[in-house]
Amino acid sequence: MQVFLNADNVRFSYLSDDEPPVKNEVLKGVSLSVRKGEFVAVLGHNGSGKSTLAKCFNAINLPESGTVTVNGMDTADESRLLDIRKSAGMVFQNPDNQIVATIVEEDVAFALENLGVEPAEIRRRVDESLKLVDMYDYRMHAPHKLSGGQKQRVAIAGILAMDPECILLDEPTAMLDPRGRAEVMSTIKMLNKTKGTTIVLITHYMEEAAQADRVVVIDDGEVLLDGTPKEIFSQVETMKNLGLDVPQVTELVWRLRKDGYDLPADIITEDECVNALSKLLGGKGDAL
Amino acid sequence: MFKDITLGQFFPGDSVVHKMDPRVKLVLTVLFIIMLFSAKNVYGLLVGIAFTAISYLLSRIPFSMILKSMKPIIPIVAFTAVLNIFFIRTGKMLWHIGFIKIYDEGINTAVFMVTRIICLIVGSSLLTYTTSPIDLTDAIERLLSPLKKIGAPVHELAMMMTIALRFIPTLIEETDKIMNAQKARGSELDTGTFREKVRGMVPIFIPLFVSSFRRAEELAVAMECRCYHGGEGRTRMKQLSAAPRDLFACIYLAVFWAGTIAMNLFFK
Repeated sequence: MQVFLNADNVRFSYLSDDEPPVKNEVLKGVSLSVRKGEFVAVLGHNGSGKSTLAKCFNAINLPESGTVTVNGMDTADESRLLDIRKSAGMVFQNPDNQIVATIVEEDVAFALENLGVEPAEIRRRVDESLKLVDMYDYRMHAPHKLSGGQKQRVAIAGILAMDPECILLDEPTAMLDPRGRAEVMSTIKMLNKTKGTTIVLITHYMEEAAQADRVVVIDDGEVLLDGTPKEIFSQVETMKNLGLDVPQVTELVWRLRKDGYDLPADIITEDECVNALSKLLGGKGDAL
Repeated sequence: MFKDITLGQFFPGDSVVHKMDPRVKLVLTVLFIIMLFSAKNVYGLLVGIAFTAISYLLSRIPFSMILKSMKPIIPIVAFTAVLNIFFIRTGKMLWHIGFIKIYDEGINTAVFMVTRIICLIVGSSLLTYTTSPIDLTDAIERLLSPLKKIGAPVHELAMMMTIALRFIPTLIEETDKIMNAQKARGSELDTGTFREKVRGMVPIFIPLFVSSFRRAEELAVAMECRCYHGGEGRTRMKQLSAAPRDLFACIYLAVFWAGTIAMNLFFK
């Protein structure tokens, strides 16, 4: 499949506010490519550089050295800036800080208004996006009266309206309650499955990462692990050494295995765990 | 404590006045104010009062809202009345107690001024009652857009107003949270002398400012991600279009304006 996002040996650093400024290198030669239609979860603890990398794919950050391309367009090429941002939209952690307008539908229209789309076409695409994230009934509401999950879905609709081929989500569920998290996750998965949208999801929740096609672990500005969720999460000890968790069920199975029980090492979902445990206990497989 | 704050004073509805083009409403409100100031006597003002009353009937705004809009201006009205009654010293003297002398022209001017102020506030409140803040911002941006040619930052100002309107409820909520957090740490906000109360506000405003700057930064990045690059080449989803009712509204004001002029001429 065609490569959609590509980072090649990317370095990036922030300058601190001190006098003289201290250079703080956040990305130390990251190479990563994401194919079209893939659902990639990016893991890493705070300060590992994962958000910085996401902002590189959106031309918010320009790499110091190395190149970043989005659908073949170099992010350093300023003439393609809007095209890049249009094809790789970004959703942030705090829904409150990314909603611009005082009415839901006006906010969803914001990106299209910026792009100079015809009013009738804006109307059509705004309605379509709101229906897609199941927020159409709230189109005339004030954003501050919505729940966290609803606000985040409005933010996603605002990006969807641009009809991007890829959506980068920077911890979109971090500030939400469990219900809001479930809403946002099912929206993301639906977009990936039905529209074939490429998804890059930065998250702290291992259960969310387990639902992706591929997991990338970033630590200290470098890509450390890259593989399917099963491949990554079965390395329980490596993950723990990095200060990261694994899904609860994986941890449970890992501990049981350490105590000598015969269970497969690559269990990452609850269903798999239930089946494996009931088989071990002599049940029929799906007895619960 | 901030929960019951209403944003602006928009009173949603679907009357003719609500449905009017906000640009027309804005221009007519300005003209209405000029009309009130051009009235030279009480009869001219009566025309203005009639105009206001009919407009309110058409907008179906409840009477209690009118009283509410008058509340904040009571001190100004009282001050104007007192000033005129006691300090105008022409015409016939009506009473005098010691050095306080009240003349009939003082009373007349006081009544005239007070009526004018009340009519002015009540009449122009109709604009904010029937137009949402966002429509109003939109109208201002479009009306002022010719000024862009001479380099006035019209789009930027309108964008700032929109963002301010969007963030008022968010910041109010945040203020509430910070106040509760500070109260939980034992700061006493409601007691003490005025000085102590003011000092008590410092630990509320500093976190509020810090977080506002952080929000502003995040919002700026989010706006850039959505291809925001200033007002150039921007389109709008909502198109404003003047309907026949807007023309009628103009005629309606013109008739009353003619009435005001007539009153000026007949009653000198």
